[in-house]
Amino acid sequence: MRRFLANLFRLGVKELASLRHDPMMLFLIFYAFSAAVVFVSSGVKLEVSNAAIAVVDQDRSELSTRMIDAFTPPFFRKPALIDASEVDRAMDVGRFGFVLHIPPSFEADVLRGRAPGLGLTVDATVMVQAGNGAAYIQSILLQEAAAWLHSKGIEAQLPIAVVPRVWFNPNVEGRWFSSIMQLVNSIVILSILLVGAAVIREREHGTIEHLLVMPVTAFEIALAKILANGAVLLLAVLLSMELVVRGLLGVPIAGSRALFLFGTTIFLFSTTALGILIATLARSMPQFALMAIPVFTTMLLLSGNMTPLESMPKILQWAMHVSPSVYFVQFSQGVLYRGAGLDIVWPQLLVMTGLGAVFLAWATHRFHLMLAQSA
Amino acid sequence: MTDLGALAPPVVLEAVSHRYGALVALDDVGLRFAAGGATAVIGPDGVGKSTLLGLLVGVRRLQRGRITVFGGDMGERAVRDAVAPRVAYMPQGLGRNLYPSLSVAENVDFHARLFGLDAAARAARIERLLAATGLDPFADRLAGQLSGGMKQKLSLCCALVHDPDLLVLDEPTTGVDPLSRRQFWDLIDDIRRSRPAMTVIVATAYMDEAGRFDRVVAISDGRVVADGTVAEILAKTGAATLEEAWRSLGRAPGEAPPPPFAMPPRAAGAGGVAIEAEGLTRRFGAFTAVDHVSFRIETGEIFGFLGSNGCGKTTTMKMLTGLLSIDEGSATLLGRPVDAADLAVRLRVGYVSQSFSLWEELSVRANLVLHARLYRVEEARVAGLVAESLTRFDLVDHADDLPGRLPLGIRQRLQLAAACLHRPEVLILDEPTSGVDPQARDDFWRHLAKLSRDDGVTIFVSTHFMNEAERCDRISLMHRGRVLAIGAPADLTREAGAASLEEAFVRRLEEAGEGAAAPPRDPATQPDAVAPPVAARGLAASAGLVWAFARREGLEILRDRVRLGFAVFGSLLLLVLFAFGVSFDVENLPFAVFDRDGSIESARFVETFRGSRYFVERAPVASDAEIDRRLTSGELRFVVNLPPDFGADLLAGRRPEVGVAIDGANTFRAETVKAYLQGVVLAWASRVAADTAGPGASLALPFDLRTRLAYNQAFVSVDAITPGVIMLLLVLIPSAMTAVGVAREREIGSIANFEASPASVVEFLVGKQLPYVAVGLTSFATLAIAARFGFGVPIHGSLAALVVGATLYVFAATAFGLLVSTLVRTQVAAIMAAAILSVIPTINFSGFINPMSSIEGAARWMGLLFPASWFQTIAVGSFAKGVGFFDLIDCDLALFAFGVVFIAAAALVLNKQEA
Repeated sequence: MRRFLANLFRLGVKELASLRHDPMMLFLIFYAFSAAVVFVSSGVKLEVSNAAIAVVDQDRSELSTRMIDAFTPPFFRKPALIDASEVDRAMDVGRFGFVLHIPPSFEADVLRGRAPGLGLTVDATVMVQAGNGAAYIQSILLQEAAAWLHSKGIEAQLPIAVVPRVWFNPNVEGRWFSSIMQLVNSIVILSILLVGAAVIREREHGTIEHLLVMPVTAFEIALAKILANGAVLLLAVLLSMELVVRGLLGVPIAGSRALFLFGTTIFLFSTTALGILIATLARSMPQFALMAIPVFTTMLLLSGNMTPLESMPKILQWAMHVSPSVYFVQFSQGVLYRGAGLDIVWPQLLVMTGLGAVFLAWATHRFHLMLAQSA
Repeated sequence: MTDLGALAPPVVLEAVSHRYGALVALDDVGLRFAAGGATAVIGPDGVGKSTLLGLLVGVRRLQRGRITVFGGDMGERAVRDAVAPRVAYMPQGLGRNLYPSLSVAENVDFHARLFGLDAAARAARIERLLAATGLDPFADRLAGQLSGGMKQKLSLCCALVHDPDLLVLDEPTTGVDPLSRRQFWDLIDDIRRSRPAMTVIVATAYMDEAGRFDRVVAISDGRVVADGTVAEILAKTGAATLEEAWRSLGRAPGEAPPPPFAMPPRAAGAGGVAIEAEGLTRRFGAFTAVDHVSFRIETGEIFGFLGSNGCGKTTTMKMLTGLLSIDEGSATLLGRPVDAADLAVRLRVGYVSQSFSLWEELSVRANLVLHARLYRVEEARVAGLVAESLTRFDLVDHADDLPGRLPLGIRQRLQLAAACLHRPEVLILDEPTSGVDPQARDDFWRHLAKLSRDDGVTIFVSTHFMNEAERCDRISLMHRGRVLAIGAPADLTREAGAASLEEAFVRRLEEAGEGAAAPPRDPATQPDAVAPPVAARGLAASAGLVWAFARREGLEILRDRVRLGFAVFGSLLLLVLFAFGVSFDVENLPFAVFDRDGSIESARFVETFRGSRYFVERAPVASDAEIDRRLTSGELRFVVNLPPDFGADLLAGRRPEVGVAIDGANTFRAETVKAYLQGVVLAWASRVAADTAGPGASLALPFDLRTRLAYNQAFVSVDAITPGVIMLLLVLIPSAMTAVGVAREREIGSIANFEASPASVVEFLVGKQLPYVAVGLTSFATLAIAARFGFGVPIHGSLAALVVGATLYVFAATAFGLLVSTLVRTQVAAIMAAAILSVIPTINFSGFINPMSSIEGAARWMGLLFPASWFQTIAVGSFAKGVGFFDLIDCDLALFAFGVVFIAAAALVLNKQEA
């Protein structure tokens, strides 16, 4: 056992020395955990924000003007007034996500209580904004109309008072969500590529063969790669979490950061093992690249990170459960936003460990086969 | 024939110096090479010889001095380009200018195209060269499947295909067996006879080969230490052979040359058996690499393996070390059956593989320390042992250097030092001296002698050098996987009735039917009526070069089924996954109710949620603590909290307060829940109003907002997401494919073909790019057809706009990959950089998920400065919106500009010459 640990340590130190000699790689790791997180969290808005809206105002009344003025930043840009003939073209090229059509004598009809029609055209190709944006527009318009009429708002007419309260992120700040989302994405991409490419490089340079005539086992070689590269990424995650996410972006972390790092360690174990597995299936670096891309893009897009798992078709939801990232997303959202403790997230940790063990066992097995074929 | 002597020398070097950092490779070298002359450049391993040859063909950048080739100054680019068609260069390393997945004929064809030969000339030359080298029966065999000797012959064919006036070969026979070597030089002689004006300059580590040349130039420590005919050099040094002369060259006058090495005799048989093989067999598919090989090596013996390339020596050694499994037969090592899992035996064995296999990123000392520790040397003894080893193998001066920068001879010493560090009882050495100069080889063998004679180490070594084989106690001659003979070298020579071991070896091989295949045929057909290819460069010539690179790269992709499959079908699979998986459809949001009232009214209120397809109800909540727990665990998206007396208050018009706790972890989803909640409550309220006030009554809304969903009436994610997924796939995969392109050629060394060719950087890059554009477009066609007919995503807009946009987009994406490839040194870094740099702007800042209009600041610029966002507009516009061709022309122009700028930047970064 002591021998085993000593070998792991020595091989691990060797991995770190290799990494140290590649400044490009260090730069990419740095970028992925710093600037990339900042760009994504400050640039990406999943909530309705700065939505481009245009109005065709054929009424030109006090009410219509008031309604138009109600669209203000940060949710909407200042509405553009356009002519009815321009609508199609402007929507086609994506200048506006929403076009509001106020018909002639709208104000007069409202005053007479005729409930006149009001047209809203929504660019439904922009899924994230279309639904929520339309709901915003409706509620803004209702509010304005009620205020103008000095009548009770629609809310007040309801027989109940609905009091929605958003937990864990009361002001619904997207930054909180997207910064962690990018952190998870960076972990996925780097862990798979870094370790997998390290295996292929050793094979292409013949050093892996050299290792195998030494008194070390294939298992030790694979595990040392996992531990060394995993440790580098873990350190990067820790620094990114403290300095970038909490420090620079000021995102509050609800749960235990120690628990998060522990879960990250387990997740890194499973993804690095997966990286080795892919490397043993590829015969050259170009092949590895083409095999790794589908794996990590699937993990990025379908883990419930970008879009919720429950929106996916059942069969896909079921299939994605072999991906450790699904559990890591659940785990990190639980711990970081909702302050979940070990009592709540232990199942995710358990499954990630299990998946990692399966990947590692499979990878070690493939490792032997790969060496037998390559020689 | 013109009077050659009257012509100016075709190659002149004046005061040429070259250094790599602190290392001086050439120091004030002046040389002239006469037309039609053949010169051998010899010297210790180091960088001098290769640097010299690289400089005179223009592959390396001249640092100081002047080199004139055919009257032109090689410091000028125009001259280099003009001279290139008259020069042939074969870089060092077995088959380094070959492409393993191309056939023999295709390799020659590629080189012919590089020099602008037309189809008829290509066909004629290929036929003639292959016939002359005896490769014609193998024209369709892949270069990767050739033996080392055949590879070198093929390399030579490639070099000669354009009838050069200057032929420069860098150690062409290193690692090639004696018979193949002999055939190779006979071939060169024939070619010279048929083209007497051709100047030949060759670097070699084999002294017997240097003896065949008109003139020998010896370089040591960056300086010319001897220059003249073989006879002159022998006279000057008073040596009998060139090998002997070599030892005294480059030494200070008066300093005695080290005595030639002689193997001390082996003490009479100590007895035990160290290695024993019995009927050892290994097959790779249908090919039997090792065929029932049996031998027995005694303890303390030096046992040599001699044989042609690809005869099974390496395979046999790998089976003994456990690297390869044994298909048939048995082998014992130190009395135990060979078992890959037996770590105890590995501790007693040392192995040096054919190519350098230590870590280039660790220093010499760090490599040794790692070895000591992995071989379980006690920590206290590590430092001492490493120091001792550094001294013993004369590595002290290089202890802190990285092995990658050291000459081959020193690297081989390091390998031996590493293999001996743990005092193994058996050493298995696979061609440890290949490409090492005679002096260093002697040193190496001195170490072996000490290990064997003093320490009683058993040594099993393979070699191509006859004088090394002669030093072995016994040798085994191998051929095509079988042992032809085993015995002491002297006995084998005698038995074959030959004068030397080399002759005995060649005779044995010829008996085995090898020599017959090779005799060069009718060299008289060599002289060529065809004029040398003209150097004039028109558009047609340029297109020809681009096509040469494109064709070669294309063939490589077509042969790599895995890559092609992943590029096309992998993309298709991802399209299916993402088109359905990346979904913003609001469905099945899990919620639960905490009903503290339990009245009919509360039940009716909850009913509205149940009836909606947006929500699924989970088991009801029973306490406030449970709300907390189940939201925290992520089980529920929201909880509806109905107060006690909800029903009573409602009926009494007291407006009961309904709390809704929403999970805000995913902010987008939280917003959606809020919006849908509003809709559900309004619907419920309308119904309540109708129920109480009678039909026709409803909530008094001041107006009726009629929302029309443009472009995607059904509001289904698949229609909206599919164009974006195509956008995503067409950048990630093509850019990753080209990103490895240049970096890989650089790592493997085949980039030298381009460097020595008349092609420009842009021609090279565009040529490499085109096949990937084709793969990208194939992928695009597959994806578009699948989207249209598989998923029924309509194309409302202009198909022409989509196709033109996709073409320009793939062009820009592959150009981005090439730019990345030129910026990095290794393939690993290329893959990482391409992935990380392209994923973020593509997924986040392209309008794929978030509209461009809501992206701000640096992120917006990042999106606009990457091709993805522009094609997203084209893809969405053409699929969903019915935008016309000319409305998208600005996007097309932007994509085109991206491609051009990326290629131009890559061309600026990529230098045709090495430092």
